[in-house]
Amino acid sequence: MSEAAIPARRPLDPVLVYKILFLGMVALFVAVPLLATLLGGFKTLGELRTNPFGLPQTWEWENYTGILFSGRYWQMLWNSLVIASFTVLLTLIVASMAAFAFAHIRFFGSSMLLSYLTMGLLFPAATAILPLFIKVRDLGLLDSYFGVILPQVAFGLAMSILLLRRFFKDLPHELLEAALVDGCSYFAFFRHVTLPLSRPILATVGTITFVHSWNSYLLPLVMLNSERLYPWPLGIMIYQGEFSSEWHLILAFITLTLLPTVLLFILAQKHIVAGLTAGAVKG
Amino acid sequence: MSQHSAAAVIRGRPAAPGARRRATTDGQLGALLLFLPPALLLFTLFVVLPIGEAAWYSGFNWNGFGSPTRWIGFDNYRFVFDTRGFGIAFRNNLLIIAVSLVVQLPLALTLALLLADKFRGSVALRMLFFLPYVLAEVATGLIFSFIYDGNYGLLASVYRMFGAEAPHLLASPQTSMLAILIVVVWKYFGFHMMLFIAALQGMDRNLVEAARIDGASRWQVLRHVVIPLLYPTIRLSVFFAVVGSLQLFDLVMPLTRGGPADSSNTMVSFLYNNGVSRMRVGYGSAIGVILFLICVTFAITYKRWFMRDE
Repeated sequence: MSEAAIPARRPLDPVLVYKILFLGMVALFVAVPLLATLLGGFKTLGELRTNPFGLPQTWEWENYTGILFSGRYWQMLWNSLVIASFTVLLTLIVASMAAFAFAHIRFFGSSMLLSYLTMGLLFPAATAILPLFIKVRDLGLLDSYFGVILPQVAFGLAMSILLLRRFFKDLPHELLEAALVDGCSYFAFFRHVTLPLSRPILATVGTITFVHSWNSYLLPLVMLNSERLYPWPLGIMIYQGEFSSEWHLILAFITLTLLPTVLLFILAQKHIVAGLTAGAVKG
Repeated sequence: MSQHSAAAVIRGRPAAPGARRRATTDGQLGALLLFLPPALLLFTLFVVLPIGEAAWYSGFNWNGFGSPTRWIGFDNYRFVFDTRGFGIAFRNNLLIIAVSLVVQLPLALTLALLLADKFRGSVALRMLFFLPYVLAEVATGLIFSFIYDGNYGLLASVYRMFGAEAPHLLASPQTSMLAILIVVVWKYFGFHMMLFIAALQGMDRNLVEAARIDGASRWQVLRHVVIPLLYPTIRLSVFFAVVGSLQLFDLVMPLTRGGPADSSNTMVSFLYNNGVSRMRVGYGSAIGVILFLICVTFAITYKRWFMRDE
């Protein structure tokens, strides 16, 4: 805020110099580990020791191509994509329906039911992970995509319903009144008016849910046994276990698995930043 | 009411209040029966019941097979509190909270103050600082286990440049937690910075300008105008730091798995290592219940005491 008062072009303003130095140091602190990972994937194991910070002397593309041409990398990403997509889809459907009821229908016990659902914000999934495992096992969903998807949806509901309900409430109420008078059903209104008008918030909730699911580790770790179903955070740990000290390969693997996230982040920065911060604030 | 009739008038059709009321209440019940059950069912089945069952299972000595029969009362809780590792894990969680408050929060706030105004590169820097928050904890942990690696890691290379022996930070109980704390700050400060930037951009600039015109120095404006206006956001940031610390797990596994000698467990990784991976359902559920009580007590008291107006 106060920096607005600094004249923009005065070459030797000490405050400005400190500011740039400080920002530069933090930028290095953040960027060096990431760049070292990206570049390390192009080096040989030996060069990681002799040339830790520089560009690779010869670019070892085989580290990357070897992984890209292996089935497991794509299998992992596919598994993550399936789990995350279904989680997003189900969360959006289930949460927006509930949010619609809470936003537009007055009924006995509505605030009680809403606080019941938002109880989910108070504690992480980890607290109930063992009973959750047993429940999923008893439902016969162990070692299946849905054994991960359904608990993820359930734990994401509280935040999603709150965000969606707030948005739905701000839509002009006259629309619903008029539609009902004209004999439109609640469901038709929800389907043909509310949802199309709510694209921004659906995108935001979808993005938060996707990022959380894409990155999640504990639930798949507990629910999945067979490697062919592993999403990438599990797969990458297995890979690291196999190639324990061949760091050049592990670094290439990390880079490739982070690539989709970084691309998505660059493409959808606005939604991601808005979603993750606004979601946090308004939840 | 006036809104209804207005809508009806616009559409040129006089409303028949009684008929419409009946139609909508019928529709309401149907709509409720359609809209609410999926959420309630999923939430009850996968969130509420497991928590209740955790409380029930925690009274048994049970390996998860068959049904729980060996009732041992509160013994599991006694076992948890008697385990040295649980005390360490709890202390580590407090340590993470402390570092979040003492290092991460001031860092995030300073950066937000520097980056809230637009200048060339400010948006790019914001994005760079936020990027670690978006990356998966597991990948972050692996990146840093490379950085800390005593043979090939960046840190080891820096030590060798100065001709010193490279430390194995993750392999020693004295330094394992320090190594994790650095990664925690690296990963999460950008999120808190974004919270502060959002708050700063929503702030009424007139207040700052008025204070400047009244002769306040930049420091005084910061101290007496800007920071007080940020208190709600600071309280929020503290809340997230605590909640985040209480569920920290993904980051710990690739770095140390809680070791060596339990030195770097968090409560969740302690739960995983001692309850889940050995299928000690009763014992693990007891840890889960303790964690649940800590989370809920904290969330409710904090909201009541510090975030009443939000």
